[in-house]
Amino acid sequence: MTADVDPILELRGIEKFFEGRQVLRNINLRVPRGETLVIIGGSGCGKSTLLRTIIGEYAPDAGHVYIGGEDACCASPERLDRIRRRFGILFQSGALYSSMTVGENVALPLREHTDLDEKIVRMIVKMKLELVGLRDFEDLMPAQISGGMRKRVGLARAIALDPEIVFYDEPSAGLDPIATSVIDQLIIDLRGKLGATSLVVTHDMQSALRIADRIAMLYGGEFIAVGPPAEFSSPTDPRVRQFVEGLADGPIPLRVSKTDYVTDLLGEEPV
Amino acid sequence: MSAAAWTRLLERVGSQGEGFLAYMGGLGYLGWDALKFTVLGLVVRPRIKADETFFQMVRLGVRAIPIIVLVQTFVGMILAFQLAPVLADYGQLDKVATVVAIAMFRELGPLISAIVLTGFAGAAIAAELGTMVVGEEIAALRTSGIHPVRFLVVPRVIAAVLMTVALTVVADIVGTAGGGIVDRFILLRDSWEYYHTVVQSLLVKDVLTGLIKSGVFGFLLVLISCYEGLGVAGGAGGVGRATTRSVVLSIFLIIAADCAFTAAFYFLW
Ligand SMILES: Nc1ncnc2c1ncn2[C@@H]1O[C@H](COP(=O)(O)OP(=O)(O)O)[C@@H](O)[C@H]1O
Ligand SMILES: [Mg+2]
Repeated sequence: MTADVDPILELRGIEKFFEGRQVLRNINLRVPRGETLVIIGGSGCGKSTLLRTIIGEYAPDAGHVYIGGEDACCASPERLDRIRRRFGILFQSGALYSSMTVGENVALPLREHTDLDEKIVRMIVKMKLELVGLRDFEDLMPAQISGGMRKRVGLARAIALDPEIVFYDEPSAGLDPIATSVIDQLIIDLRGKLGATSLVVTHDMQSALRIADRIAMLYGGEFIAVGPPAEFSSPTDPRVRQFVEGLADGPIPLRVSKTDYVTDLLGEEPV
Repeated sequence: MSAAAWTRLLERVGSQGEGFLAYMGGLGYLGWDALKFTVLGLVVRPRIKADETFFQMVRLGVRAIPIIVLVQTFVGMILAFQLAPVLADYGQLDKVATVVAIAMFRELGPLISAIVLTGFAGAAIAAELGTMVVGEEIAALRTSGIHPVRFLVVPRVIAAVLMTVALTVVADIVGTAGGGIVDRFILLRDSWEYYHTVVQSLLVKDVLTGLIKSGVFGFLLVLISCYEGLGVAGGAGGVGRATTRSVVLSIFLIIAADCAFTAAFYFLW
């Protein structure tokens, strides 16, 4: 394999099973430094599982995750911690620490991982909050702000240590269109200002087209299409077209039940 | 019963036993991690969070003082009421003080403090950590390289152990005083004499074994509630289940440990 680009993140042959059911199959991916890669797919197709495997929350059943050239899967806990300091994560819910104020949330990675002076910490906190437009909310508790604001604070916390790569799990889920654009713009800005690599998982096609350098579509635990956004505006694969255009009819079934409907209703054991 | 039925029964018992062993293993692992991070936090950076530990001590322990005082007063009185007729039969009513004091300091002070704290601190910790799991807060900590055991469990373990021991001291004294109330106002005896008998009959050993036990109880209850809280799966319902389980299991394991310790002290000391 030739290293034409310097991949900050590389996935090789990832497989993941839950209770014998395969959720991810043969996932291969190279993300060069500075790229914004968006992974799209319907709910339940394995997006969060893939993200959690990349960040080391789940161990893959096969394959490897390389972050900055280091194999994250077989790293010792200390090493994994060091690798993890190089990335920031925006969780689906924001995942703010509910017992700390907004400011303390953003300050935590700085206080835990650096020896910075308290004055400097406060300054960085203000800067990061300003970046997401929430400098005035420093002293509020997470329960006192709206869902969209919580996500923005989560983003400020994720970038507190100026990470090389930022992961986003459904950044626009549950947000109104304006809040979604704000988050999208933040992702674009981050790339410009910090040169950060972004990996975004979403089912929002519009925002994917807005922010992506490259889009990968996950279906049934596999990548069925990977390419620049242009390829997704007039897709040839019917499954991709159905998703991009948001059609009810197509090759992607809405129902995912394994048992026959009639059998299930009548409660008869299949012979 | 047929052979197959026996096999099935044995398998059931076996898998239950296996589940219990796995649970104890997980608990032991968490306990080991907590001890490791406590010792590490004493000598190297990152240090144990003193302010967080203090905050937890106030939150978990101080609120329980009124209820412990109330409960132990009653327990002391009950004990004196129950013992008085028996001891009176032997003409040894003056021994009420001795028996109440020894029962309190060796057994009831540590046990009742631990059980009250299980309801107060244990349930609160399990619910709190469980909610943090559901809100992805634990995942956020872990993936930002902050170990949840060091960050969340260690301050709670230190706070709970210290507060269980401190509350036991209160419970010992208040419980013995509760017996003194009955001694003074029902049996109409002299309070000074009660006090002196208590002081004379208590050995250092009685006080010490009680406090050692209470430290162990505190460790058990905080460990179980942290383990249950961190192990929550399945949303808000999971938090409720974890809270209940942590209380039931803590009480069971505290009493089992009490029995083991008391037996050990009986033979060894
Ligand atoms: N911890 C788990 N245990 C068992 N099954 C899981 C677990 N997490 C996810 N799954 C299953 O894996 C599949 C993919 O889930 P997920 O990655 O959350 O999908 P997405 O984020 O794309 O909506 C789903 O069918 C889900 O039921
Ligand atoms: Mg998801």
